[in-house]
Amino acid sequence: MAYRDEKLDEEKVFKDPVHRYVHVRDRVIWDLIGTREFQRLRRVKQLGTTYLTFHGAEHSRFSHSLGVYEIVRRILENFRDHKDWNEDERLLSLCAALLHDLGHGPFSHSFEKAFRLDHEDYTQSILLGDTEVNRVLSGVEEGFPKKVADVINKTYTDKLVVSLISSQIDADRMDYLQRDAYFTGVSYGHFDMERILRVMRPLEDQVAIKESGMHAVEDYIMSRYQMYWQIYFHPVTRSAEVILSKILKRAKELYKNGYEFELKPVHFFSFFEEAPSLEEYLDLDENVVMYYFQMWIREKDPILSDLCERFVNRKLFKYIEFNPNLQMNAWRELYDLFEEAGVDPRFYLEVDSSSDLPYDFYRPGEEGERLPIHLLQPDGGLKELSRLSEIVESISGKKRTDHKLYFPADTIEQISDEKTKQRIKGILYGREEQ
Amino acid sequence: MLEKHARLMHFLNSCEEVVGRKRLQKMIFIMKKCGVPFEEKYEFHFYGPYSEELTLRIEEMCNLGFISEAMEEKRNYYQYRYNLTDSGHDFLEHADIERPELGGYISAMNEKSSRFLELVSTMLFFEHLPKEEIEEKVYTVKSRQNYKQEELEEAWAFIRELRPVS
Repeated sequence: MAYRDEKLDEEKVFKDPVHRYVHVRDRVIWDLIGTREFQRLRRVKQLGTTYLTFHGAEHSRFSHSLGVYEIVRRILENFRDHKDWNEDERLLSLCAALLHDLGHGPFSHSFEKAFRLDHEDYTQSILLGDTEVNRVLSGVEEGFPKKVADVINKTYTDKLVVSLISSQIDADRMDYLQRDAYFTGVSYGHFDMERILRVMRPLEDQVAIKESGMHAVEDYIMSRYQMYWQIYFHPVTRSAEVILSKILKRAKELYKNGYEFELKPVHFFSFFEEAPSLEEYLDLDENVVMYYFQMWIREKDPILSDLCERFVNRKLFKYIEFNPNLQMNAWRELYDLFEEAGVDPRFYLEVDSSSDLPYDFYRPGEEGERLPIHLLQPDGGLKELSRLSEIVESISGKKRTDHKLYFPADTIEQISDEKTKQRIKGILYGREEQ
Repeated sequence: MLEKHARLMHFLNSCEEVVGRKRLQKMIFIMKKCGVPFEEKYEFHFYGPYSEELTLRIEEMCNLGFISEAMEEKRNYYQYRYNLTDSGHDFLEHADIERPELGGYISAMNEKSSRFLELVSTMLFFEHLPKEEIEEKVYTVKSRQNYKQEELEEAWAFIRELRPVS
């Protein structure tokens, strides 16, 4: 039997708190899960720094990837024998679902910004390079790794396959919303996924939703909206993210200036040069990063030491709401006052904006760039979701944006020059103590 | 503060006005591919490179009053027109950013249609591939646009012309 068709003698199941069970029957899928590149995802948290706000959020990209695979597997059970679904694409879809996050590094977002990296490039490199994953995929057929890479890159010929893991209602989002809600312990990420899976229909190059399933989709859209503001963009999590970015910026600056680290950050050298090889990239997981942060608390450089202490022991920056237009002068004055007080504003003053963590809220088409969610009418026609749903219509046009100013309140209290300290507090809190 | 926003304001200031969200998306992507230091992350969406970050950053600047957005109703869609406001000019004046000369890129792109810029940006998205594969990709992912070989040739020439501009 060809490797692509090989089945395990006995179905393997992973117990999963979100989907109850993840079922694996295909030999290829089982072998992929066993590769070192996939196992590495156990050491990358799905929600990065969110665990500092919601202590339960310790789940990994490994469990999310299995979850996305399981959802696609269930969708394809329903698609089987449907005229618009090509069953030959089944294994490709499952592999792409399982491997879609393979290139994520430690604290992905901050690392990508600090070192100008793109996890998607590394996903492609892992799939196409000299890796265990590539060897498993190559066993299916020549060119199969490239096909998986194209699906994940959203450039595969069959758009229906791409839609399963990358569209406005896809397996990726359906898993992370539920999983993140479960592990953070909040109640607003839930929606009736079983219902959505039952009303999904393959239709030429997209997945449409039967009109009767509209209310289940409304719940899903609301869940996305609420999870963003309540979890993903939580201001305390953003504070941790700001400190993390500053640590990376400081460590890189010290390295570039020839600073002698007590503990040489050998795992970071290629990142500081903004050109880690695939092997170097894969070697740096969150366990390694946290080891360095712990050790850097003892560094001589006071800024690096302080920032690491803050991150490891959760002594986060405080924040206030900030309008960069109306408070432009306040910003300039604060910057100067921080410098006067010997608190380097490059590391201790930051305006964080909602665009620093892009929000994938539902938009009914961006001049044709993003395919909207289409509801399948009884007569076979398609209608865009927000045209039929008042609830979705009411939130899809909203442009809520947010800016906060982060600063170390405890450090400000320690400023010795009383006049400077009071002026800073006056700007930040709107009052100066006598 | 808001350096990434300021770079976009510098672009808007350089071209005075941009009409169309898609056009704005493609112009920034093409300049980024030419080495202009924009930091917005692009992904391939259904019909080409698209940056959610850019969309959101533009919305933020509109909400802050740094840029104005005027919506115009066309036959089958809405078109958006962007300009830098007085507040935007004031903010930009004090922003601590590099200000690369963008005039050459802007005038070259302004002479071209959005459809053409869409083609160029798609080709640049796949630029790590050999030329034949890039063209194959364009025909695959842009099948609905029915690009002709002459348009691809024109796009190659345009990319060659654009890249030396500094």
